[in-house]
Amino acid sequence: MIKVISPGFYATVQDFGRVGVQHYGIPYAGVMDKKAASLANTILGNAVDLPVIEITMTGPKLQFHCSTTLCLSGANMAPKLNARKIDNNKIIPIKAGDVLSFGKLNSGFRCYLAVWEGFRTEKVMESYSMYSGVTNSFKLLKNDVLEISNLEKDIVSHYAAIKVNNDYISSKTIAVFKGPEFDMLSSLQREQLFSQEFTISKANNRMAYQLTELIENNLDPILTSAVLPGTIQLTPSGILIILMRDCQTTGGYPRILQLKESALSVLAQKYTNQSIVFKLNRI
Amino acid sequence: MTYSLIYKPYGERSILIEWPSVIAIDVLQDILVFKEKINTALKTFIVEVNNAYNSILVNYKDYDLNFENEILKLKKIYENKKDVALELVKRLWKIPVCYDNCFAIDLEELASQKHLTKAELIKRHTQTKYTVYFIGFLPGFLYLGGLDETLYTPRKATPRLQVEKGAVAIGGKQTGVYPNESPGGWQIIGNSPIRFFNITKEAPCFAKAGDQIQFYAIPLKAYRDVKVLVDAGVYQMESEVICD
Repeated sequence: MIKVISPGFYATVQDFGRVGVQHYGIPYAGVMDKKAASLANTILGNAVDLPVIEITMTGPKLQFHCSTTLCLSGANMAPKLNARKIDNNKIIPIKAGDVLSFGKLNSGFRCYLAVWEGFRTEKVMESYSMYSGVTNSFKLLKNDVLEISNLEKDIVSHYAAIKVNNDYISSKTIAVFKGPEFDMLSSLQREQLFSQEFTISKANNRMAYQLTELIENNLDPILTSAVLPGTIQLTPSGILIILMRDCQTTGGYPRILQLKESALSVLAQKYTNQSIVFKLNRI
Repeated sequence: MTYSLIYKPYGERSILIEWPSVIAIDVLQDILVFKEKINTALKTFIVEVNNAYNSILVNYKDYDLNFENEILKLKKIYENKKDVALELVKRLWKIPVCYDNCFAIDLEELASQKHLTKAELIKRHTQTKYTVYFIGFLPGFLYLGGLDETLYTPRKATPRLQVEKGAVAIGGKQTGVYPNESPGGWQIIGNSPIRFFNITKEAPCFAKAGDQIQFYAIPLKAYRDVKVLVDAGVYQMESEVICD
């Protein structure tokens, strides 16, 4: 098992979320950056969607009480094992007593910690993803104990690092499709959407990212209808809201754009005051 | 009745089907029948089918959808929906609500604004059989249709940061119950001790789209008694099957 010595800014256990339960009003939840989480799991030989720890901005301090292997992918937060520097995207052998800690955020915003055979915390509706009101824990706390598998066999240290393309982490481009209410937009509003950079406002979290720049509009509200993670809503006051993994399942604001699944990974690695540009894709 | 529907791709693996923009029992009925047919016909290809007031969202397993083909399939299912008669079992759920002052923090003000006595307001709230259109916004939040027009009230200009679990409220043309503590901008007129969302159950919500809800007033003592039973997990919901 793993003991949480300190939780860092905000860390949760996530897999690919809960499906088939949105008709109860339960959000999908799940990792914000599927690309990074999949990579960390794949490097370890896990199925891509095994539960990982999603680490936000500053990392936790974790003590391992068994043998395992781990891999970190996504943001680079200067990881250290027993105070010695380790790399992202590598199989790191772990023995009982080892301590994982982190330093400065160097790139991206969310880092994913995968362990051999995944984390085994509370499972609700076929998912380990933490969500307040659904799982008992909704984030990692000091002194938490996390169950993992004990790896019996010896691991040969891998000196070869896998060549990984992480260009998406520094990319500004967010690929989008037209949303269900795209046609309500005037040509001026469409031009505004695709000809300028947008800044991520302070109001960003696992539920939604709000952008700073406004798109003035007189769009009618819609009858409450389904929304998906990646849906971009436009409010009467001109605010663009990009819904993320913990978003509510329905909404009454026009849905003008929809992020491509891969674009959610790009946005998940962005934080306050960074810029993005929308690129319209055909379905 | 057959409606003129609009089909739109929504993201990489969903299709949105839209009815005319109204909240109406006939539209809901058509939606529920189509939803059932889609679930049966496309069972192995889809993850979930959800409905809202005037739309259905079909979520597929596959990322590589041929939207044109899938939309044609859906249109065909809609054309054939009358082929087999469909019995949708619906229930009417009786929901106890305490409208006492300790819970009904906006009731006095509302009654006064509308020139009604509190008793009359409660009567109008409890005499309607509300239709459950869908569940959304929060786990277990029922979207109800049928609120008495005289009870329509705008949402609060500034939402409360914290609304009590079980709060029964009115917002705009809607009424509903907050299944959990949450921020909320609706006008609070009572509280129900029933659990609207129970994650430990296989079906975490007792009601489903198409069911009906009717509130009935209970005094504070009865509220406390029901709460004890609910917390112990032994409260029996009152309901009856609706025969059309």
